[in-house]
Amino acid sequence: MSSESMALTAVRESSPSFGDVLTSWVTTVDHKRLGILYILFALLFLVIGGIEATIMRIQLLVPRNHFVSPQMFNQMFTMHGTTMIFFVAMPLVFGFANYLLPLMIGARDMAFPRLNALSFWLTAFGGLLLYFSFIGGNGLYGAGNAPDVGWFAYAPLTSRAFSLGHSTDFWTLSLLVSGFGSIGTAVNVVATILSMRCPGMTLGKMPLLAWLNLVTAWMVLIAVSPLTAAQIMLCLDRFLGAHFFDTQAGGSAVLWMHFFWIFGHPEVYILVLPAFGIMSEIVPVFSRKPIFGYPVMVGASVAIGFVSMTVWAHHMFTVGMSAYGNSFFAITTMIVAIPTGIKIFNWLGTMWGGKIIFKTPMLFCTAFLFQFLCAGLTGIMLGAAPFNWQLNNSYFVVAHFHYVIVGAILFAIFGGFYYWFPKMTGRMYNETLGKLHFWLFVLGFHLTFDFMHIPGLLGMPRRIYTYEPGRGWEGWNVIVSIGAVVQGIAILIFVGNLLYSMFEGKLAGNDPWDAWTLEWSIPSPPPEYNFAKIPTVFSRRPLWDVKHPEDPDWEYE
Amino acid sequence: MSSTTIRPGSFETAWILPYKGHVGMWCLIAAESSIFTIFVVAYIYYIGKSLSGPTPREVLEIPIFATVCLLSSSLTIHAAVSALRKMKIMAFRLWWFITLALGAIFLIGTGREWHHLIYDKALTISTNLFGTTYYSLVGLHAFHVTIGLLGLTTILVLALRNLVRQEHIKNVDTFAMYWHFVDGVWVVVFTVVYIVGR
Repeated sequence: MSSESMALTAVRESSPSFGDVLTSWVTTVDHKRLGILYILFALLFLVIGGIEATIMRIQLLVPRNHFVSPQMFNQMFTMHGTTMIFFVAMPLVFGFANYLLPLMIGARDMAFPRLNALSFWLTAFGGLLLYFSFIGGNGLYGAGNAPDVGWFAYAPLTSRAFSLGHSTDFWTLSLLVSGFGSIGTAVNVVATILSMRCPGMTLGKMPLLAWLNLVTAWMVLIAVSPLTAAQIMLCLDRFLGAHFFDTQAGGSAVLWMHFFWIFGHPEVYILVLPAFGIMSEIVPVFSRKPIFGYPVMVGASVAIGFVSMTVWAHHMFTVGMSAYGNSFFAITTMIVAIPTGIKIFNWLGTMWGGKIIFKTPMLFCTAFLFQFLCAGLTGIMLGAAPFNWQLNNSYFVVAHFHYVIVGAILFAIFGGFYYWFPKMTGRMYNETLGKLHFWLFVLGFHLTFDFMHIPGLLGMPRRIYTYEPGRGWEGWNVIVSIGAVVQGIAILIFVGNLLYSMFEGKLAGNDPWDAWTLEWSIPSPPPEYNFAKIPTVFSRRPLWDVKHPEDPDWEYE
Repeated sequence: MSSTTIRPGSFETAWILPYKGHVGMWCLIAAESSIFTIFVVAYIYYIGKSLSGPTPREVLEIPIFATVCLLSSSLTIHAAVSALRKMKIMAFRLWWFITLALGAIFLIGTGREWHHLIYDKALTISTNLFGTTYYSLVGLHAFHVTIGLLGLTTILVLALRNLVRQEHIKNVDTFAMYWHFVDGVWVVVFTVVYIVGR
């Protein structure tokens, strides 16, 4: 072991200079390197977004607190929301898709490698543009300079009259630029999956992660484009004096809401479908069983891809739509629960009777199942229009969507991190630290987001800078803030584990999990060309067929 | 191990997947359609909601000649691709040049229309909601025509330097898909702006 790591160090020392390494990473078109760049970029912004969340939680720890100014608080929740959705969750999803898809479908790269690099750099510069607003977005004296209009930036708050300086310009341009990056990646993912599969891998034999990313990419094409269109309109309003969302000239503020949420709700599914994909890869391997109900899983995913396009106005029940509008969007919202519920039963069916191995990836996936179910249940509560009238824009809503995005999406992505870390780095992570991360994060997550529902039910609105004592919100806010600190510690352990294991971890070998998909058939980390010989597959679990020639899967599929 | 990959009835037939350029272009067209849909919805939603003049009926004239030029350019680009498929390089260049010329005529037509509206009718993007939605929707389309003209010119220059050969048929065909899409969008924009909106 030690001699081997010494040999590796020696190779590193004799390898090209720092400048050469930097150039090779900046100019790379290799899907694996771009995937890792996406993931590192997202981790950086995860820390930044986490710091913003911590600042908000310190401010709300006690009533009448003066830790930050009201203006600063508005900037924090705007930047936190925008960062976490567009520059953490999306790049993480795209990073995993980039890294894994060609490996899982037996291809040597994405369909359009240069478009892939362009998409990454557009996303990266979008993120830099957003944060450049702290320097360049001069506003009113004392009013600060980062965007402070909220992550959905309702009109007319974004008009020149109410949003002086350039902070909102940075916000809209940043989302426009990164939106082009997202569309480029989606084009690439669809073309890769449809045109680059290895011989034998029909659509019905693809790993479910590929299926879910196919549906996700389709949704990005259809749903992120409206955001791009809306941002173009907002740019025209702000730079050229157009009147799209200018109520003074007859424009409509509600139109912006529709355009934003036509993007905004499918966006949740754009983030959660790849998380479903990660679940569908990890759960079978750690239950030692093939996935239960593969065709139903695919059908449910495609169904979500369509139904979730028709639910957006459930974010707008309090705007004052007609009774028909409210009923339509309440019913479609309930209908999404059906394919989603099917998926939960499929994962349970996979675990049922399996020899479950609770390694860290599986722990995160198990927690995902429970937490995603809870998030779905509060989602159904909020989808009922009358209940929504009571609780819209309260902390109940904040707790609900953090339950989805942290409790489900982030948990699945953590699971994915631990599961594919050996493939990406060639070394095993530290299991003890991984389990510590899991249990601390579960504790912190539930402290924060379980108890956040309660001040919402008690009437605490979201986005308030501080609150009066004596409303029964104090104790709950203290618990919520303590949970945030625990989560922060857990994340530090996670990052520490990654850094430590990258250099000191045990060598992983090709296939540390005894898994079944193609990425485990090649060395870890994979060579630049991925597959020396393009494989041919005959079933959904090609490596099972190789390991068990006496009982191959293709006899049953 | 290798014996495991032998399976009755396996790949005697060739393993053929769709061309990635076509798939990518279809995806781009889906995304672009989505963008245009939002602009068209905004246009239709704001018909008749301007608080001040001028109104579409007062100032808009139906651009029949430009429309005929743009729509016939779909036919000529199709003829160009067919010619390339049959290895008639000269015919390809000729049809391709005609396509480029027709597209350029359309864009000049849009430019003249805008000049007329701005200088004679005092309609700009900030005049009223009609100006806002008209210039953005027609402008978005004109932007796509401009991109198309750049692509057409690039391929024409390559063709004149004898660099477009039969093996590039798929690439040229993929670009033609984009041009057909730009023409198709004009049918929608024309209907909404000059027929429904007037």
